[in-house]
Amino acid sequence: MSQKEIEVILIRQLASYLAMAVFIVDAEGNLAFYNEPAERILGHRFDETGEMPATEWATAWTPTNEEGESLAPEALPLWIALHDRRVATGRLWIRALDNVPRYIEVVAFPLLGQGDRHLGAVSLLWEAEPL
Amino acid sequence: MTVTLWGTRGSLPAPGAETARYGGNTSCVEVRGRDGTVLVLDAGTGIRRLGKTLPNSLRRLDLLLTHLHMDHIQGLGFFAPLHNPDLEVHIWGPASTTANLRTRLMRYLSPPLFPVRLRDLPCRLTLHEVPCGDFSIGEFQVASALVCHPGPTVAYRISSARGALAYFPDHEPALGVQKFPMGCDWTSGCALAAGVDLLIHDAQYSKEEYPQHIGWGHSAVDDTLRFAALAEVKQLVPFHHDPAHNDDDLDRMIAAARATTRRFTITPGTEGAAFEVG
Repeated sequence: MSQKEIEVILIRQLASYLAMAVFIVDAEGNLAFYNEPAERILGHRFDETGEMPATEWATAWTPTNEEGESLAPEALPLWIALHDRRVATGRLWIRALDNVPRYIEVVAFPLLGQGDRHLGAVSLLWEAEPL
Repeated sequence: MTVTLWGTRGSLPAPGAETARYGGNTSCVEVRGRDGTVLVLDAGTGIRRLGKTLPNSLRRLDLLLTHLHMDHIQGLGFFAPLHNPDLEVHIWGPASTTANLRTRLMRYLSPPLFPVRLRDLPCRLTLHEVPCGDFSIGEFQVASALVCHPGPTVAYRISSARGALAYFPDHEPALGVQKFPMGCDWTSGCALAAGVDLLIHDAQYSKEEYPQHIGWGHSAVDDTLRFAALAEVKQLVPFHHDPAHNDDDLDRMIAAARATTRRFTITPGTEGAAFEVG
């Protein structure tokens, strides 16, 4: 494992104290951490999931739109925040790893450090009422 | 390399009979190479005495600032080499997200805080912002990384062919960690300090004092020991002593630290102490 940037370390520490679901990826898009509220939504403990590459997390929870169509990784808010370095939002269905479908709202934002360092991205997850 | 401690105190100078053994000057460390290269780590009040010992033949000096809190820059204006027009001085330090290093230094080196402006210093001055990747100064390879302390703060690793030193005067790697330490990859500064011969590290508080100072950017001695063990250093110098700790307090803290671990040598940060690294 490589040394994490201090900003990523600090946002993980912050996330570990928050009651809202937080999902963090590093600059390469690798899943770095999600907190306990996110574990409830995603249906799996982070300690069991561990770090994983973007191609894996982008499909692991089987994201679909409201019509039940699969969402490509490029359509996911976190992917957009990571690659386009802008805030992105969206509502989507996931199938959690406890096999429960959940409808969630996502707000994702890039992590930019001083010196124009791209550090990764963060998404905040909420369970939402289906429209 | 020869590493000499010119100031070991944190936060505020603490002169007086009760601090005479460990010293009352704030952070300043000299690193001198076999080829004559001189690095100065931080410009606390200890830098004034250092300035008087440098050879007249010196033509270049590099000052590496970890951050711009007052106890790390207060000696700048009293550092004789900055007033020597024949000397090339390079100052390395962090910018902030909104101000470059020059602007940040000018806040102190300008009236009303100081009568001489940065631009009026007679030396041939060049500023460099860190972290900026690894760089070389004389025989030394220097690496830096942002670490856990309020405001932009870096730590340095200085390596020569014979050994390595890591300098972390202000560092709170345990901040927010529910069970410290986590793995090296998730611990602030760990890779920078990994395996060094000499680690100079913040040890401002006792275990009992730390809970009242969480988030102030400094370490309890116990956490410093854990960090040093995680980084697998060979020798630890507890540093940045709290101005409220007198020599007897520090004797007790160091004795307790030595009783805790034998994985590495513990040598307390004492003004005037010198170490041969490598």
